[in-house]
Amino acid sequence: MSAPYAKLPAWADYGLIPLINLAVAFLVAGLVVMLVGENPIRAAAILVEGALGRGQNIAYTLYYATSFIFTGLAVAVAFHCSLFNIGGEGQAYVGGLGVALVCLAFDSVLPWWLVFPLAIAGAALFGAAWAFIPAYFQAKRGSHIVITTIMFNFIAASLMVYLLVNVLKPAGSQAPQTRTFLEGGQLPKLNFVLEALGFSVRSAPFNLSFLLALLAAFLVWVLIWRTRLGYEIRMRGFSPKAARYAGVSETKIIIIAMLISGALAGMMALNPVMGDQNRLQMDFVTGAGFVGIAVALMGRSHPAGIVPAAILFGMLYQGGAELAFEMPNISRDMIVIIQGLVILFAGALENMFRPSVQALFASLSPQAAGVEARQGEGG
Amino acid sequence: MAHTAIELNGISKSFGAVHANRNIDLKITAGTIHGIIGENGAGKSTLMSILYGFYQADSGRIQVAGKPASIKTPSAAIALGIGMVHQHFMLVENFTVLENVMLGAEGEALLNTSIAKARDELERLERDYGLEVDPDALIEDLPVGLQQRVEILKALYRGADILILDEPTGVLTPAEADHLFRILRQLKEEGKTVILITHKLREIMAITDNVSVMRQGAMVATRKTAETTVEELAELMVGRHVLLRVEKGEGRAGDVMLSVKNLTVKDSRGVTMVDDVSFDVRAGEIVGIAGVAGNGQSQLLEAITGVRQAVSGTVTLDGTPVELTGEADPVDLRKRGMAHVPEDRHHVGLVLPFEENENAMLGYHWQDKYLKGPLLDIEAIRDDARRKIEKYDIRPADCRLKTANFSGGNQQKIVLAREMEQDPKVLIVGQPTRGVDVGAIEFIHRRLIDMRDQGKAVLLVSVELDEIRSLSDRILVMFAGRVVGERGPEATEGELGLLMAGVEKKEAAE
Repeated sequence: MSAPYAKLPAWADYGLIPLINLAVAFLVAGLVVMLVGENPIRAAAILVEGALGRGQNIAYTLYYATSFIFTGLAVAVAFHCSLFNIGGEGQAYVGGLGVALVCLAFDSVLPWWLVFPLAIAGAALFGAAWAFIPAYFQAKRGSHIVITTIMFNFIAASLMVYLLVNVLKPAGSQAPQTRTFLEGGQLPKLNFVLEALGFSVRSAPFNLSFLLALLAAFLVWVLIWRTRLGYEIRMRGFSPKAARYAGVSETKIIIIAMLISGALAGMMALNPVMGDQNRLQMDFVTGAGFVGIAVALMGRSHPAGIVPAAILFGMLYQGGAELAFEMPNISRDMIVIIQGLVILFAGALENMFRPSVQALFASLSPQAAGVEARQGEGG
Repeated sequence: MAHTAIELNGISKSFGAVHANRNIDLKITAGTIHGIIGENGAGKSTLMSILYGFYQADSGRIQVAGKPASIKTPSAAIALGIGMVHQHFMLVENFTVLENVMLGAEGEALLNTSIAKARDELERLERDYGLEVDPDALIEDLPVGLQQRVEILKALYRGADILILDEPTGVLTPAEADHLFRILRQLKEEGKTVILITHKLREIMAITDNVSVMRQGAMVATRKTAETTVEELAELMVGRHVLLRVEKGEGRAGDVMLSVKNLTVKDSRGVTMVDDVSFDVRAGEIVGIAGVAGNGQSQLLEAITGVRQAVSGTVTLDGTPVELTGEADPVDLRKRGMAHVPEDRHHVGLVLPFEENENAMLGYHWQDKYLKGPLLDIEAIRDDARRKIEKYDIRPADCRLKTANFSGGNQQKIVLAREMEQDPKVLIVGQPTRGVDVGAIEFIHRRLIDMRDQGKAVLLVSVELDEIRSLSDRILVMFAGRVVGERGPEATEGELGLLMAGVEKKEAAE
């Protein structure tokens, strides 16, 4: 049979449908807010105010968004190879180890702008290494990458606890964390940019790695749509048989795609470790690896969608924190519920409203709906 | 007199700017076999999808057995006694025949009573219509001919009086197709109405009572089959005069370019699929491999092209051996002059979600002309695609269009253009015209002959006997993994048919 849907104009496909999905997610979230006995409209106002109301809040929103851009890109690259990398959390965690080792080694001898490239390399290398093992098992042994990457999240968590408690903790300290990095291990903040725009920022962790995230988004676009490697990744993602026919080694392409994915996830660690906390501490990833899945789904695995989706989730994080503070009935878990709803509607139920939107478009203007009716054989 | 089973009036359906069906009138008499032919994209499937409730018409009326009908879902169609046998079977492979027939019509929550009822009903249907199938056989163990019977039984079990068959013979041997036609005649005698969608003119002539021709979304003619000819129908379908048989001169065979010796290949379950096969293909000749689908042709192609591991034997390409461990580098084979049009263009030869230009370089994307430093040279890629579109008359002429949106014939042209434009020494072609319309078949056949005349060695595998006979300089017949005979192009269909069925006639050899 033919494809059941007619094509939509790009703006509706990439703009309208995600917005509808988002609106429904918030509508359902509003019902949950009503259930706990609060006014959903006031809650929404507090959330938006908390995310964007003042320079301080915007800076926090962008700080969170930075992490989500990295993890979203990581998931997207693997998606293009039809691999579901759920291990962003663990890869980012281990990536933090790479950052910390570089910073601990060089922070006293080199300025931050020389440490930064080394730390990027460290983060990418450690993240990629953590992704390599599941990738190898998938490519060589057919072990399902979803299962192995989930398990490697737990292994990463245990490994990091061991390292922090037994190896990296300075003697005599009670806290399972490294020593604080010196100047050479601290990224400059970008708060002055917001201040130059007329916002006032007291102190916020918004830092240089945001620009690195934007650069990474651009480079991922180049990689996927403008290089031979990206072409081969997409080929294997759409059709493993065609890739084999075209001479693309499945083993090689799976491993390469996962290494890139792991490296991007690892680079997320730069933001909290080098940009904010200036030390490696336990559980610094705080779910960003998983949020990356939602971001990639919502951004339809395209960097131009991932950046706004990451900013949206940054708003949810920041605004949610304010909401939990202002409305005691609403805990931080509420934000997890909203996230879950966004994932549900933007990801799992992505196509739920598509047929009706398409029918609407088709009835409004047959010319605009494009062509995708008959295809292949049997016409 | 016979009444009207289905009447369509002014059916129109648009997908955006494309009119898939425009103002279609069609009247189908009850108790007849009515053929609908047309090229791919002519709108046959859309029309039948409207009748079967997959799509709603934008305008027009449907009447079933004289009563106006609104068919919004397939279940509504089933309730009106309309059944459909799809081109690609919709069966659960690891269910039995009985379970498949019942699926979706189980009746009640507990199965034990309905199973017994279904078994009785199934046996009655099998008896009445000569559709013998073991109700307890697993679908995956049945040959395609029998799987198709299960599809027909499914429709009858749901009380179908009007049976739509979409390209039913695409997967059948000549003998199986004949058997299917006997079944259809039987159904007709029992008073059922059969709508047969096909692009094979011979089938229309052999079995139908009436035939309707569609072209570009419109119904261009309806004829009594007895009062028309193949030539007239072909012309109606394409809108111009068509050469049904390619003209070709005498071949001039040169050096051996591809040599296969004692090749044995097993499939993933360890069953021998290619059994000690040897043959040569010389420059300037087309060697055709005939055979019913599933007799080892696919595995033979895969082994020769280095995709599937061989158990033993050798394959030499222009004097150099081909790696047979299943780890051969397809890129290396291409560099050595082997071009390959795979049997399955949907999953192997093309990446359907890709833009056309991305597929026009698939497998050759490593070539310098497509690259600019570390990046793809997008302009060069698109120019190259546009050049091929022009040269091979691929329509629509839009290299940015998603490949899935091209018709079957044009998709195949994309593959052929890519492989032929590499100027290979050896061209290996599997099922070049499967699901391809008449106009494109003519074009594809012409190009294959041209390749031969340019001195290429062409190995052609096809289940279409006509195609093998009209193109090949030599014909090898495969049965159960072995080459059971070699014939010249003058061999009769009957002779080849016997070989394909495994009936060896020693005295007829060479």
